[in-house]
Amino acid sequence: METCLKGSDRKSLRAAALGVLLLVALVLTGCEDRAPQDFLNHPIGETAKEADRLWDIVFAIAVVIFVLVEAVLVFAVVKFRRRPGREAAQFHGNTRLEIVLTLIPALLLAGLAVPMVSTLFAAAEEQQGALQIRVVGKQFWWEYEYMDSGVVTANELHIPTGTPIRLVIEGDPNDVIHSYWAPRLFGKQDVVPGRTNFINMEAPKPGTYWGQCTEYCGLSHANMRLRVVAQDPDEFEDWLALQEEPAAEPTSGAAAEGQKLFLENACAGCHAIQGTDAAARVGPDLTHLAGRSTFAGAMFETNEQNLVKWVTDAPGVKPGVKMPSFRGQLTSEEVESIVAYLLTLE
Amino acid sequence: MSTHEVAVEGAVHEEHHTSMGLDNVKMAMWAFLGSECLFFGSMISTYLLYRGRTASGPSPHEIYDIPYTSVSSFVLLMSSLTMVLALAAFQRSDDRQGRIWLLATAFLGVTFIGGQIYEFTTFYEEGLALATSPFGSSFFMLTGFHGAHVTVGILMLLSLYGMSAFGRIEGGRSAARPVEMVGLYWHFVDIVWIVIFMIVYLIPE
Amino acid sequence: MATAALTRRGMFARPRATTGWWSWVTTIDHKKIGILYGVTAFVFFLIGGVEALFIRLQLARPDGQVLDAELYNQFFTMHGITMIFMVVMPMGVALMNYFIPLMIGARDVAFPRLNAFSYWVFLFGGIFVYSSFFLGGAPDGGWFGYAPLSRTLPGHGMSYYSLGLQILGIASLAGAVNFIVTILNMRAPGMTFMRMPVFIWMSLVVSFLLLFAMPVLAVALFQLMFDRLFGGNFFNPAVGGDPLLWQHLFWVFGHPEVYILILPAMGIVSEVLPTFSRKPLFGYAAIVFAGVAIGFMGWGVWAHHMFAAGLGPVANTAFALTTMFIAVPTGIKIFNWVGTMWGGSIRLTTAFLFAVGFVAMFIIGGLSGVTHAFVPHDAQQTDTYYIVAHFHYVLFGGAIFGLFGGLYYWWPKVFGRLLGERLGKLHFWLYFIGFNLTFGPMHIVGLQGQPRRIYTYPENMGWDLWNLVMTVGAFVIAVGTLVFIVNAVLSRKRGEEAVADPWDGRTLEWTTPSPPPEYNFSDVPLVTHRDDFWHKKYARTPEGEPVRVFAGAEHADDDEHHHGIHLPSPSYFPALAALGMPFLGYGTVYKILPAMIVGAAILLLGLFGWGLEPSVEE
Repeated sequence: METCLKGSDRKSLRAAALGVLLLVALVLTGCEDRAPQDFLNHPIGETAKEADRLWDIVFAIAVVIFVLVEAVLVFAVVKFRRRPGREAAQFHGNTRLEIVLTLIPALLLAGLAVPMVSTLFAAAEEQQGALQIRVVGKQFWWEYEYMDSGVVTANELHIPTGTPIRLVIEGDPNDVIHSYWAPRLFGKQDVVPGRTNFINMEAPKPGTYWGQCTEYCGLSHANMRLRVVAQDPDEFEDWLALQEEPAAEPTSGAAAEGQKLFLENACAGCHAIQGTDAAARVGPDLTHLAGRSTFAGAMFETNEQNLVKWVTDAPGVKPGVKMPSFRGQLTSEEVESIVAYLLTLE
Repeated sequence: MSTHEVAVEGAVHEEHHTSMGLDNVKMAMWAFLGSECLFFGSMISTYLLYRGRTASGPSPHEIYDIPYTSVSSFVLLMSSLTMVLALAAFQRSDDRQGRIWLLATAFLGVTFIGGQIYEFTTFYEEGLALATSPFGSSFFMLTGFHGAHVTVGILMLLSLYGMSAFGRIEGGRSAARPVEMVGLYWHFVDIVWIVIFMIVYLIPE
Repeated sequence: MATAALTRRGMFARPRATTGWWSWVTTIDHKKIGILYGVTAFVFFLIGGVEALFIRLQLARPDGQVLDAELYNQFFTMHGITMIFMVVMPMGVALMNYFIPLMIGARDVAFPRLNAFSYWVFLFGGIFVYSSFFLGGAPDGGWFGYAPLSRTLPGHGMSYYSLGLQILGIASLAGAVNFIVTILNMRAPGMTFMRMPVFIWMSLVVSFLLLFAMPVLAVALFQLMFDRLFGGNFFNPAVGGDPLLWQHLFWVFGHPEVYILILPAMGIVSEVLPTFSRKPLFGYAAIVFAGVAIGFMGWGVWAHHMFAAGLGPVANTAFALTTMFIAVPTGIKIFNWVGTMWGGSIRLTTAFLFAVGFVAMFIIGGLSGVTHAFVPHDAQQTDTYYIVAHFHYVLFGGAIFGLFGGLYYWWPKVFGRLLGERLGKLHFWLYFIGFNLTFGPMHIVGLQGQPRRIYTYPENMGWDLWNLVMTVGAFVIAVGTLVFIVNAVLSRKRGEEAVADPWDGRTLEWTTPSPPPEYNFSDVPLVTHRDDFWHKKYARTPEGEPVRVFAGAEHADDDEHHHGIHLPSPSYFPALAALGMPFLGYGTVYKILPAMIVGAAILLLGLFGWGLEPSVEE
């Protein structure tokens, strides 16, 4: 808690104005490392910061109004309590006061509308030379396609820092509505089947930014998370070059056995692995699965133990997932071989 | 809520003073019809959005038979005239003639519904069903609900006929009131059809 | 008084019971129907509350194991549907039913049997929706039922949703027509529009909102029904259906619905504050016009629920501006309520505390509501717990507090005994503290990125502490509810007997005995002032201070007086007709044609019986 207090920045202090409750709240939970989706205290992307600047103005005014009105309310209740010998004043209204108290909020709101509208239109403007990435939401994972290079990946979005990014949010006509959101970088946009939306954003510094689906999309809505990995442009280029490569051929015996099983069994019916015969696009493209730190909608860390559980019985660990359970269809040795193969897909 | 029972319930209040000077049942009927405007308005909006979304099915201009529908629209239009005549007859206490016009109105309504059933059947055979496309869904929903309204209207007309024939409503102004209420409903359903006919059938895509 | 046409006997013998459960089934007395509405809504309140407790238990800690995803999704969906359609709306209707006739000086509503029909449809609709829990799973697509998810979810849950809300909507629509005609047409002589109590005004606005909003929902629900059950393609994007059509229709209904929920509470507060401040309402005309303005403007803000849906900057700007400016009439109301207390002589009764609690909490909900109009930031906060916090400050801190204020205020009129003030204040403070503990921190975790409608969250998100606090708060609210129940039970047994006018009230209902006789008023009152009863009781000194001119509120209620009063007779048919609804519902969900035919037959039988029986038996 102490460290939090030191770490909390100007923003926390600003928010303290709401009162003791909020102050305690922000002090306790406002640390960057502890709340990875916090957009109040630690907006980082330019889009998120623009929104936050707007919030700063509105919040400050709201706090003033809140304190004033609540104070007057409490004062009235205390001051005008019934006392012997004092009769209630019998007035019906005060036209001048009423007009003034109507005009003040109206003018205040009119004033606030100006920065709101300009921010809104600025955010919708397409930047020249932006890197275009198609984002498609599926129950319950994300597919990305780098529109220039045709690279397809899932769940973890890699972007270069300091570069304008334009996300082309496309809804799969056979899926449901999702919403794409990485709070520290940008506000959410719905992924509507049959429609295309856009997010313009930019990450100023490298880092892994968390996010998740925010439109209720079924059983595992809670488990439809995502990561945005912002890298220095050079690193990003290296990453992209790697993604364009087909999958590595397995060298070890177990992995080779795993590849055979993968291609012979149902796996290849849904997943693609570039460089093999598996080319289906129902589930995530697994060409470089092992290079992603998480899988299954950023729900699990990519490691042997988690993958074994997943391949054995995906619906058992993620409710409602479309991947079927292979319990009873694959032996545990077979599952281990498949996982061994998957882990070679760096 | 059907209008029929409201019509009868309200009769009791006939002699009550009302604050607005407007009969309770009539006011309720107007309120209900106001609500119905939004009901049909939402379906018409849906239709306008979807008229071009025909998927692999037929499109509106391929399937509509304007002369045919014009005739059935004319039939329904005429039913408003007979409805007016029915009310006028009851208002001058000519119950017998009133009943005849009620029957005539119901008959014209039945004719219209028969025409609609035939039209639906033809469309279905030509490949347009509720499940064919958003266009099909919105067309059948809009015209189907209109047909359901006409059917309810026919039921109310026949009930009025029966009540009058068995002496449950007697001559004079008191009998004219339920007839007037059903008439309001009937004219409304008729007007909605005019709107549907223009928007759905006549205005090209 | 009945016309010659209606003097003959109905085809069935009329029910005659005036006590016992049968009298409740056949009653068409607006007061009994009001009590039925209130009790039913309260039972649903308890059920919806238990669902909320389960939701909070599941979320109390990361990776909660109390509910699985399936049950959690059903619970949050049913919690929303229950609280909106089966608690706040019908609880408002309960009070409207009981008090509209009493406050405008009428002996009943315009259509007593339609009123009974409305209640039974509501009851059967609620039971219908809840029966889905035992028939394979409740609705699980959210109360907002976004398509295409709602059309593709397996099981029958969302089919129950599409038909159940349809049935509940019929009840609301019937009620709305009835209240509109009652208020417009049944006012006592002299009760002009600008003399009507604000509660009546708000009831009128709400009724008009219902009248025009429910049919839009009905169309959306029918479309969903066709999609789910009959192969419709309204919301199937694969063949060109547009998911945004559902959103537009739903929110064109949904935003006026918000005002349908809150305006009755605003009306109640506008009655309670003047009574206990011993002052007329400050700026009556402004409050009335603000309410009407909210009713109109409420139709122009719906797309602020869709700022993240991609409507484009122009549409977003338009709806953001309307959303901002609807805050102006809301602000007027708050200023006027404070003005009402100013200079008053305030009695801190429980009813008053709930009313002030309403104002205090509604300010927070209103201010957070204005922040949604700032579209770029709304893109951050929408669908997070910040939104959950916002609308609970409006619907619980607002509507529920207001409704409980109304319950404490009018309880003695309805039941003839007062609720205990000590327990009442305990109830209030438990609610006030529990409410803020539960919903206050939701602002914070929302701004820290906790989305709505998630059944679980991992432990490394920084949301743990506040979620635990919220759960504790929810149980404090639960204890408060228990206190209220104890209070109600004790009041029935040994509560202080209520006189006709226990609070020194201002409006006509306090001129009747507690509880009022079946015919309400032995003489139809002649209204000469706004706050008419107050002006009958008090004259003014030259200094403007009120002076009591007659001692008691009670008119000596002589038995001779009301012999000539004809009241509509009880009837079986409204309940019978309503019974057809669930048959139609089940028949459609499971596509059992005979059940649909039976349902339609029952409905028609009920309606014909109703149509053919005279409303007053001679």
